[in-house]
Amino acid sequence: MNPVDIQSALHPAGPQAAHIAWLWWLMLSVCAAVFVIVLAAMGVAVYRGRHHTGPPADEAAMRRAVSLATGATVVILIALLFASVWTGRAIAALGSPTPLDVEVTAAQWWWQVEYAAPQPSNRVTTANEIHLPIGRVVRVLLKSTDVIHSFWIPNLHGKVDLIPGRGNVIWLRADTAGTYRGQCAEFCGIQHAHMALTVIVEPEPQFEAWLVKERRAAEAPQTPEQQRGRDLVAHGSCALCHSVQGDGPSAHLGPDLTHFASRPTIAAGELENTPENLAAWLADPQRIKVGSRMPATGLRGDDLQAVVAYLEQLK
Amino acid sequence: MRGQDLAADPRLEPAALAREARLLAETWAQPRGIVGWFSNTDHKTIGLRFLVTSFVFFALGGVLAALMRIQLARPDAHFLWPDLYDQIFTMHGTTMMFLFAVPVMLALGIYFVPLMIGARDIAFPRLVAFGYYMFVFGGIFLYVMFLLNTGPDNGWFSYVPLAGPAFSAGKRGDVWAQLITFTEVSALVVAVALIVTIFKMRAPGMSLNRVPIFVWGMLVVSFMILFAMPAVMLASSWLIMDRLVGTHVFNKAQGGDPLLWQHLFWFFAHPEVYIIFLPAQAMMSTLISTFSRRPVFGYLALVLSLSATAFIGFGVWVHHMFATGLPQLGASFFTAASLMIVVPTGVQFFCWIATLWSGRPQFTVPMLYALGFFAVFLIGGLTGVMLAAVPLNQQVHDTFFVVAHLHYVLIGGAVFPLLGMVFYWFPKLTGRLLDNGIGTVAFWTLFVGFNLTFFPQHILGLEGMPRRVYTYPAAMGWGGLNLMSSIGAMTIGVSMLIYLYNVAVSLRRGEVAAANPWEASTLEWATASPPPPFNFSPMPTVGDRDPLWSPDPQPVVVGLATDKREVLVTQLMDAVPELARKQPHPTIWPFLAAVAVSVMFVWSIFSPWGVIYGSIPIAITFIGWFWPTDGKRPQAFEHDVASGHVQERAV
Repeated sequence: MNPVDIQSALHPAGPQAAHIAWLWWLMLSVCAAVFVIVLAAMGVAVYRGRHHTGPPADEAAMRRAVSLATGATVVILIALLFASVWTGRAIAALGSPTPLDVEVTAAQWWWQVEYAAPQPSNRVTTANEIHLPIGRVVRVLLKSTDVIHSFWIPNLHGKVDLIPGRGNVIWLRADTAGTYRGQCAEFCGIQHAHMALTVIVEPEPQFEAWLVKERRAAEAPQTPEQQRGRDLVAHGSCALCHSVQGDGPSAHLGPDLTHFASRPTIAAGELENTPENLAAWLADPQRIKVGSRMPATGLRGDDLQAVVAYLEQLK
Repeated sequence: MRGQDLAADPRLEPAALAREARLLAETWAQPRGIVGWFSNTDHKTIGLRFLVTSFVFFALGGVLAALMRIQLARPDAHFLWPDLYDQIFTMHGTTMMFLFAVPVMLALGIYFVPLMIGARDIAFPRLVAFGYYMFVFGGIFLYVMFLLNTGPDNGWFSYVPLAGPAFSAGKRGDVWAQLITFTEVSALVVAVALIVTIFKMRAPGMSLNRVPIFVWGMLVVSFMILFAMPAVMLASSWLIMDRLVGTHVFNKAQGGDPLLWQHLFWFFAHPEVYIIFLPAQAMMSTLISTFSRRPVFGYLALVLSLSATAFIGFGVWVHHMFATGLPQLGASFFTAASLMIVVPTGVQFFCWIATLWSGRPQFTVPMLYALGFFAVFLIGGLTGVMLAAVPLNQQVHDTFFVVAHLHYVLIGGAVFPLLGMVFYWFPKLTGRLLDNGIGTVAFWTLFVGFNLTFFPQHILGLEGMPRRVYTYPAAMGWGGLNLMSSIGAMTIGVSMLIYLYNVAVSLRRGEVAAANPWEASTLEWATASPPPPFNFSPMPTVGDRDPLWSPDPQPVVVGLATDKREVLVTQLMDAVPELARKQPHPTIWPFLAAVAVSVMFVWSIFSPWGVIYGSIPIAITFIGWFWPTDGKRPQAFEHDVASGHVQERAV
């Protein structure tokens, strides 16, 4: 897919975005026609005014013409109102009694994504990525822990705000496999520009396999370096904010790191998830994402490499 | 009192009129010197200062826009750091809305409304001077704080909780909230002065159905200001209280509500758009009528459209909040209201086309701006129709599509007519005409630059680029359109420099203007360019909607005192003379009062005690302002017209 199209309202990958895109093309056609007609009328009027030599125009006829044009405007507007309401209804008709429940919590400047499960141990928590099964209706519960953010995956649906103290809901269905991108759409502070969400739409079996994998505890470190990294994470400042399920830390201020290495990006879409980028990020988060809530780690040299080695094996 | 032997009236002989003009010039003279400069209450001087100051802020806002466009020209750019970018986009929006767009319209109202209705002065000249100084001090305060790295950085909408105490420590949020207070005070007092001027000071015979459309526009927006501003005044005061004295109006955890802010803000801020746009529509009617050489077609329809827009404009604010998760049915109501507002705008378009059709259109520079408005504003209006639809709004809300839309509406809908109108009124303001050739170049540069800047932003929005981002990743593929937009922005800058060059050259060497260089129809062209301090002598009366195009000779008013600042007060509906009223003389107290109020406003964001102690100098300056000076109780009404002191005479 063209990189431009992974975050585009004009390339729908689900029924809601498709309805909205239909409304867009309808509105565009009507508005373009109105634009051409009005400008042409203006052009003709100017031309006629400058070149006309006969008797002055009939005011009564002009009044009729203006009334007619106003009437046409009203008719067009009513038609567009119906189109808009009809689209709204079509979008709202998506509900399902057995949706997949996902809870998205926004914070400055990252996304926490949780998959509900009847058994608490089956809940899955990840960050800055959202996996969706093809064709399944999803109910996304939207929350915020700090300021107002806006959840927006243009290829799937319009945006809905995440407002602290006020839960919102958005219903989605993704029909086309692929990797899309969402981005916070409400100004939320200094790193509003870097608050992205990777959206992976995949067939149901793959999705289920992903869930099963995500439910597992973190991979145990294998090499001595990775073990040293684990110790640094568990007993250093990382443990104040992050969690690694299994034998790791369990704080919840920052993203859960249990399966960190399987995520495509670091710092909410800021960097591609590679060992080099991770090392740069850990060495000085404030240089890469000024104002980020992640403080300087103080990790240097071998320590830094050990932590990178540990995190990059948390598949 | 008509029907006497008018030509024989000795008061209308040339020598007598010249003597009267001399006496009036003495009576209406403004004080000189530095203290005199700050004491000036001539509505033309204050209006001109208001106008020039607003354009200074326009230039500053434009520089900020250019900085943003340089930053966004390339992906992952580091020209501006994010903290500065956030201050700059906030300053840009705040400057353009509060320090340029509204003040510039009020400035033209202050200058031209009394002239267009044939009055000697504005209703409350001291209050208007006070309003001007509040506006200047507010603007200076904002920019000083910005230079001290304390510029507001939460957007011109300042949403809570981001702008609240928990997430915006420091003084930046307070600076924004207090700037709002400054501009509110300024706009409210000017609105009051304009309403009273228009209702009570029109030339005899200018019944409401003969009021020039521009004056109607200013009347309607003055009322909008009265109803819209209190909402934001309340909101910004609550914000500042949340921030400074620990109230929790917007704090959900304590029973407050962050959405309350949005409702109050947009209940003000959407009408605000019409406060900017309605005078511009009224300018369109004026320009199209003048340069089609005929009275505007559909006067009544145009006036009703302005009023209808003002009413409906108060019922559409929620379309800024469609993404907040409102109930569908409620949202649909606001879709319908937002679509409904298209109807009065459409009516105006059709009336203008009819005027062009049946007139003799001339391609003067002001007319070019008016025709440019057609093309540009139409696009903005049509994207507005799209934004009214909830589903589509949810996709493009808070993206560059909206940035494009609002600039098409505000630049296309307001700045184009404004630049045309300034070109048109320049000879009245300065006594010299602007150069046509340079003016034409400036127009076309603006037209091309504007479309190059903002048209691509529609596409960027649909391709998913959100607003208010300080940069974007190269992989998104938004670089090309952004570069195009930045090149366009520089072109707009060039066009503004050309316009400014035209002003600078024409001020010194421009063709000297006669009283009515455009052969226009309204009363401001019935007096010299620039007008004398007393505006008119003899005072005009009006017998039809386009008095200067009327073939019949008009009576004039004689009998107003020449030894004191006397103005004529007329009835609201039919402008029948009622009274002659003495206007207050110039004084420095409004300036001092504005200083005192500004000190209190600024002080109050550092300590609540500022409100207490700061009130003392305010009280002193207001006492000075209202102190009776002529040794006796101020007598507002000195003449009774009916007893014959004011007479109508035919020339």
